Amino acid sequence: MEIRVDVKKRFEKFTIDADFAVAGERIGVFGESGSGKSTLVGLMAGLHEPDQGEIVLDGDCLFSSRNRINVPAERRHIAIVFQQPSLFPHLNVRSNLLYGYKRRIVEQRSVDFEALVSVLHLEDLLARGVNNLSGGENQRVALGRAVLASPRLLLMDEPLSALGDDLKFQIIPFLRSVSEQFGIPFLFISHSLVEMRLMADKVLVVAGGRIAEQTTTDALARSRMGLSPVGYINLLKLASPRRLDGLFAYKWGREELLISAGNDKAEAIFELSSKDIILFKQHPEAISARNLFKCTVANTFAAGNRIGAELVCGEKTLVAEMTRQAAAELGVTEGCELFAAFKASAFRRLG
Amino acid sequence: MLALTPADYDAVGLSIKVALTAMAVSLPFGIVYAYLLTFRDFKGKVLFEVAVNLPLTLPPVVIGYLLLRLLGKQGWLGPLLEAAGIRIIFTWKAAVIASAVVGFPLLVRSIRIGMESIDRQMIQASRTLGAPWYDTLATVILPLSLHGILAGSSLMFARSLGEFGATIIVAGNIPGVTQTIPLAIYEYASSPTSEELAMSLCVVAVAISLVALFLHEVLGKKLVRRN
Repeated sequence: MEIRVDVKKRFEKFTIDADFAVAGERIGVFGESGSGKSTLVGLMAGLHEPDQGEIVLDGDCLFSSRNRINVPAERRHIAIVFQQPSLFPHLNVRSNLLYGYKRRIVEQRSVDFEALVSVLHLEDLLARGVNNLSGGENQRVALGRAVLASPRLLLMDEPLSALGDDLKFQIIPFLRSVSEQFGIPFLFISHSLVEMRLMADKVLVVAGGRIAEQTTTDALARSRMGLSPVGYINLLKLASPRRLDGLFAYKWGREELLISAGNDKAEAIFELSSKDIILFKQHPEAISARNLFKCTVANTFAAGNRIGAELVCGEKTLVAEMTRQAAAELGVTEGCELFAAFKASAFRRLG
Repeated sequence: MLALTPADYDAVGLSIKVALTAMAVSLPFGIVYAYLLTFRDFKGKVLFEVAVNLPLTLPPVVIGYLLLRLLGKQGWLGPLLEAAGIRIIFTWKAAVIASAVVGFPLLVRSIRIGMESIDRQMIQASRTLGAPWYDTLATVILPLSLHGILAGSSLMFARSLGEFGATIIVAGNIPGVTQTIPLAIYEYASSPTSEELAMSLCVVAVAISLVALFLHEVLGKKLVRRN
């Protein structure tokens, strides 16, 4: 998917002036609340008309003020999953799911109803009214409804913000698997860097109605390490836990991580802040932290007044941070060897 | 016991017929007006809104007189109607038009409240799922504003049932032809010997209103449960 947007839209107290071109299947749009992300979504989907400019999706012009082209929303085939599921309350789950599907010409339907219902685990919900669904079920139905319309592009406008942490990370695998299995590219809009990194590869940073930056999600996280009170969040997808001394031991490359917040589920995602990793120049004689690894510094980067170090521990990498003075005392340079320690309790389970 | 004459039965039947017809004829226009006022932005929208609500503020007699000037033989449209062989003034159709004009703002207001209560994102979702505006209107907006449509229809029916000022000017008070319940009561009230007949018609009017309100409540609750 390739989308080129160069639009201006003036509102009473706010102006959108976005100019970007981006290609990829999993793209993020990141920005603080009120930065103009949702308005940008509306402009791309045809819900708002730009004052001037051009929007081109995969070579097809959807809007051009110069050529007086404005393809209506229903013919753009850009579906949206909103923050609130916005399901139709007078229709049951099946009818909600089929709303967009029925409006697509048979030859253009690229998603099989039964297959989608199975991927989203909606089999038992089909006959239910949408008022009898939980928050997570509601959002799965909204996602299914959008995907069944066989869109050329799926816009996910903060689809997780209304959900609690537990539900949020239950839904993320659905969002990703639906896109991957049915080959639908998406733009994932969020103000959460963690969600962004779990969902997207490339990211557009929106600030004050403009595209301030286009980068990768990881580079964005690193550049914001010094600004964030939680530093850089290392995301670890771990599997096959076993119980050990009241903790959970997870395979991590050739090593094993000990985590107190684990559970018996086969797979889990954990976050570990760069602030929770302590570095030693030599192997400590004895230490209370249950995780201690010998690592090599792959590279270092500055973020504000902090120094980040990308550590290669066996087959895996972690980012740790420290003050400039600590980095100087430890002699942190590319290729040097250090010991990284972090407590079993430093991990937070996301899902 | 109710003391009703054959002419009273005609008045009751005609009242119901006029109210139902006015409601049915106005409903499609009411929906279109409410849709335009709720979802569309266009130049002169304020004037459009004022025009829709004008009958609420005008005395019904003024409305009746203006309709007479519009539809009467010497009126602005009179010659055209006469050429087409259509006679409206002093027929039950005139009573329908009078009721429709007077009750129209109430109908539009209620439908509009129903439409305004719909989450805009549902409408946007419908559009991005491939539904053109008329499809969205039929499959999302109308089903979700049914309670407003129902409330507006009930209000209009009740208003039409009680319509007097505009009707007497444009349709007259002809027993068996244009005499509705309020006109019949007015006639009885002018005669000192017809108190009982007037009271009987009042009881019938109250009964019809109660049935209409009861139906409105029951259907309204059903819709609330559904949505």
